[in-house]
Amino acid sequence: MKKALCAALTATFALAACGEYSQVANYKPGSYSGKSDTRPWEGGQFAGNKQAWEAALANRNQAQNEYKRAQ
Amino acid sequence: MARMKFLCDAERCIECNGCVTACMNEHDMPWGVSRRRVVTINDGVPGERSVSVACMHCSDAPCMAVCPTDCFYKTEEGVVLHNKDACIGCGYCFFACPFGAPQFPNGPAAFGARGKMDKCTFCAGGPEENGSKAEQEKYGRNRLAEGKLPLCAEMCSTKALLAGDAAVVSDIFRERVLRRGKANDVAWGWATAYGKPEQAAPAAKGEAK
Repeated sequence: MKKALCAALTATFALAACGEYSQVANYKPGSYSGKSDTRPWEGGQFAGNKQAWEAALANRNQAQNEYKRAQ
Repeated sequence: MARMKFLCDAERCIECNGCVTACMNEHDMPWGVSRRRVVTINDGVPGERSVSVACMHCSDAPCMAVCPTDCFYKTEEGVVLHNKDACIGCGYCFFACPFGAPQFPNGPAAFGARGKMDKCTFCAGGPEENGSKAEQEKYGRNRLAEGKLPLCAEMCSTKALLAGDAAVVSDIFRERVLRRGKANDVAWGWATAYGKPEQAAPAAKGEAK
């Protein structure tokens, strides 16, 4: 009886490390929780006029095309 | 809504470092921090190519994924920005970034001694009031709020570096590539960047003979 108990206990401790557990970390995408940023057309010279801001940016964008500037 | 991107034409970049200087001046960068730099492949060898590199404002940015304090955010225009108040200077973003964009004011120091991370903001500032003194001091000038594009691209003398709405920028580049065509046997130089040799003025051609 003692021998059986001893063997059972030994087996329990010896095989305890054989368990297989997932070691892959679960990635949880974080979300920004800092200060909120104002959008570029809010405040300043555009004062919330998104169309004017987009037009200004589109104009600057096209100014990079030297073929159009040269015409 | 526009998706802001940079595009560098390696055929045109002459490694003048004008973009780097313009960026450092515009944002009052401290010594040792360079948001933009020019990388040259095969430097000194005929056929060398230079590319101006900064934060590429990735659509799926790895810096955002690895930041332990989630200090990064993306604007509606696709610009990746960060909140310096939340940055702990761990340097994870530096290791994750494939372009080496994140910079630290105290250089390669121990954890906690590097200072707050600094990177290209696409001249869009940060989470402070647009155009405020606090924004200028922490993130540099907010040109986007002024209806302007990043100064590095606008200052580029050869227009190698383009910035702005990805669709527009790629259209400009596409038109440029079609116009200059294939430069025959010329591997690099003026013809490759600006057009075929036969597109040059006839007088200049005659003089060469």
